[in-house]
Amino acid sequence: MAKGSIVAGCLAPHPPHLVYAENPDQNEPVSEGGWEQLRWGYERLRESLKDVDYDVIVILSPHWQTYVGTHFIGVEKCISKSVDPVFPNLFRFNYDLTIDVELARAIHDQAKSEGMSVKMMENPDFRVDYGTIVSCHMVRPEWDKPIVSISSNRSLSYYSVEVMQEMMKELGRSTVKAIEESGKKCLLLASNSLSHRHFVTETNPPEDMSKEHITSHAMHLWDMRMIELMRQGKSQQIIDEMPEFCEHAIAEADGGALTWLLSAMNVPTHPATLHGYGTIIGTGNAIMEWPCHEWGDE
Amino acid sequence: MSGEIIKSLIVPAHPHPVLCPEKNEGWQRVRDAYDEARRQIEESDADLIIVYSTLWPSVIGHQILADPNPKWVMVDADFHDLGSIHYSLRIDTEFAHAWNEANIARGLQSRTVAYDGFPVDVGSVVALELLNPNNRIPAVICSTNVYSNRAETTVLAKACLDVIKAQGKKVVAVSVMSLSNRMFTEAIEPHEDRIHSLKDDEWNQKILEFLSEGRLEDIGQLSRTIHDQIRVKKVVTFKPMWWLSAMNDNRNDLTGNVLAYEAIHGAGAAVVVLDPESNGTGDKEYDEDDVDFYGGDRDVLDSEVEDSTAPLHTDSGPALYEPVEGKNTVNTNKAPKPVGAYPHARREGDLLYLSGVGPRQPSDNSIPGGPIKDSDGNPLDYDIKAQTKAVVDNIARILEEAGSSLDKVIDVTSFLIDMDRDFAGYNEVWSQTLGKVGPTRTTLAIRALPTPIAVEMKVIAKI
Repeated sequence: MAKGSIVAGCLAPHPPHLVYAENPDQNEPVSEGGWEQLRWGYERLRESLKDVDYDVIVILSPHWQTYVGTHFIGVEKCISKSVDPVFPNLFRFNYDLTIDVELARAIHDQAKSEGMSVKMMENPDFRVDYGTIVSCHMVRPEWDKPIVSISSNRSLSYYSVEVMQEMMKELGRSTVKAIEESGKKCLLLASNSLSHRHFVTETNPPEDMSKEHITSHAMHLWDMRMIELMRQGKSQQIIDEMPEFCEHAIAEADGGALTWLLSAMNVPTHPATLHGYGTIIGTGNAIMEWPCHEWGDE
Repeated sequence: MSGEIIKSLIVPAHPHPVLCPEKNEGWQRVRDAYDEARRQIEESDADLIIVYSTLWPSVIGHQILADPNPKWVMVDADFHDLGSIHYSLRIDTEFAHAWNEANIARGLQSRTVAYDGFPVDVGSVVALELLNPNNRIPAVICSTNVYSNRAETTVLAKACLDVIKAQGKKVVAVSVMSLSNRMFTEAIEPHEDRIHSLKDDEWNQKILEFLSEGRLEDIGQLSRTIHDQIRVKKVVTFKPMWWLSAMNDNRNDLTGNVLAYEAIHGAGAAVVVLDPESNGTGDKEYDEDDVDFYGGDRDVLDSEVEDSTAPLHTDSGPALYEPVEGKNTVNTNKAPKPVGAYPHARREGDLLYLSGVGPRQPSDNSIPGGPIKDSDGNPLDYDIKAQTKAVVDNIARILEEAGSSLDKVIDVTSFLIDMDRDFAGYNEVWSQTLGKVGPTRTTLAIRALPTPIAVEMKVIAKI
């Protein structure tokens, strides 16, 4: 069996507004559009990935929050409706997705062997979090690839950004090791925004772009700094600056997805491609791709 | 009709007491305490349960569940292996909508949600499953806003009390929360469960000592300290104590009873019942701002710098102005913006002269009871009592800003645009409010007012 690999890693933020604005059949609410810069950014990402051959999407979402270790969905077919508890007016999505339970368990077992607190989620009534659904839909709206869904262990809440990062670096190493042993080609998604200070009011209609902007100049500076570091391939510096970034920008990277992604890609020094940046109710969102490389061989 | 809080509860959110109480003696004691609280509710004349859950965070203000029958299958994000809870709840949608409107009237960002499949949070499901099986009593559930401070949370409770009183409800108020919320970060066997640390246990014991003495407001004031000491940094902090204290008029002399205190996966799980009867110790100080109207930063979407001297544009009606500032002027963002260049009030000696006050709401310029005509001038049905009440509320806010109050009002001149239609309703609200204070009064019929309102008052008060 050939060694499995990561074909690309992406920062793929999950605001439900993007699905809402595209009016897919699965989503009940209907919009007049909006957030085109980000939606067209996802379009560019999809174009970039269209000739890339991969078997499975592996995603870590900050909206499946677990406090007792890291969890993996272990149910092969997940069919239900996802309603965003914060923006139920925008996102009521009927999903039907397939989980690669074999790979999920392989990552789980590898992480467990490294001493991490992990658990398989095998309750058939479980509802997949909307972050996972939004990111996967925007990256692969055909829904023709199985996914591995990994929870966000809120170790930051218990310890610190530094401890969270050490855990996520280990989870990243376990992820790539399990992928290599599986023989599968995987696309990795870190489902998080950058700066994450929301507006607390909503426009009418929500897609009124005349009201959309970053919440503060400081948030903009942090977003641009992080994007530039990614564009320059300075992944280690991103990890080094993560504690300040999380504190100052209330960054959603505190959920560990970005650190996990960078670790799984062996802290890449290759530049990432920026496909799009935009704000959603004031939060900063970047769509980034570390294009296909043999990360494990570097 | 007079509604009231007849009982307040603090209950834990974890699913263990529903799904597997038999696996641990402590979990069973929590379940037994839940059952005892349920019996007390059944023996009361409660006709509504209001749940404030820390496990339903919101960003866009507060959300109130208004689906008459939300039903789904709930699975906990962490403890999914314990099983599923099939829930089907009965929601008092009339109360939910009224609370939402009361929130908005008090300056809060608020909305109702009623969507098939909406994920009712685990805390609310657990609490209602155990306190109100079979939906004998209708319920209302409210989210916890992740950014709200104490002022906003207090106003949320006051808006809720507005509706309780208006609808004459007998209410059980429920805060769903852990005390210390640090769980074990690894799986444990049920028999290994204990409070995560001695420090957490000591703080929990102190909280319960206060609550058993009915000192709810003291816990409210210690909330920030408690959060720093024994809570992991989750977004919704220790806010339920602010809400529950405000729901009980910030009292410290309630009758408290701790029915259970146990560990659930390391977190502090307590069932506490607080009855409104005074425990006889006498009430204690309340030294935080007693906010009636939320005037916080809710306009962050509008980033442009405005010329404060220019009239503000509105969708309809006359332009609005920032109140004129000057020597002895009194202005507040808790009162409607003027329709010309004048202040809300002026001090002269120990007297306060208010500009004419109408019922418009400072948050969004809306008119309680509805406008008297539409934008094309077509007459509309309106509620003169709601308008009159809103006028009195606006007067109270201006007086409060000046350090005065309604009971210091000396003289009132009232203007009605339709004396025949509106005098009786106006007079009824007067008798319930300013009429109890006893200022002199003159009521005039006039042809029109600048905005589509039916009543305005001109007030002189002492400071």
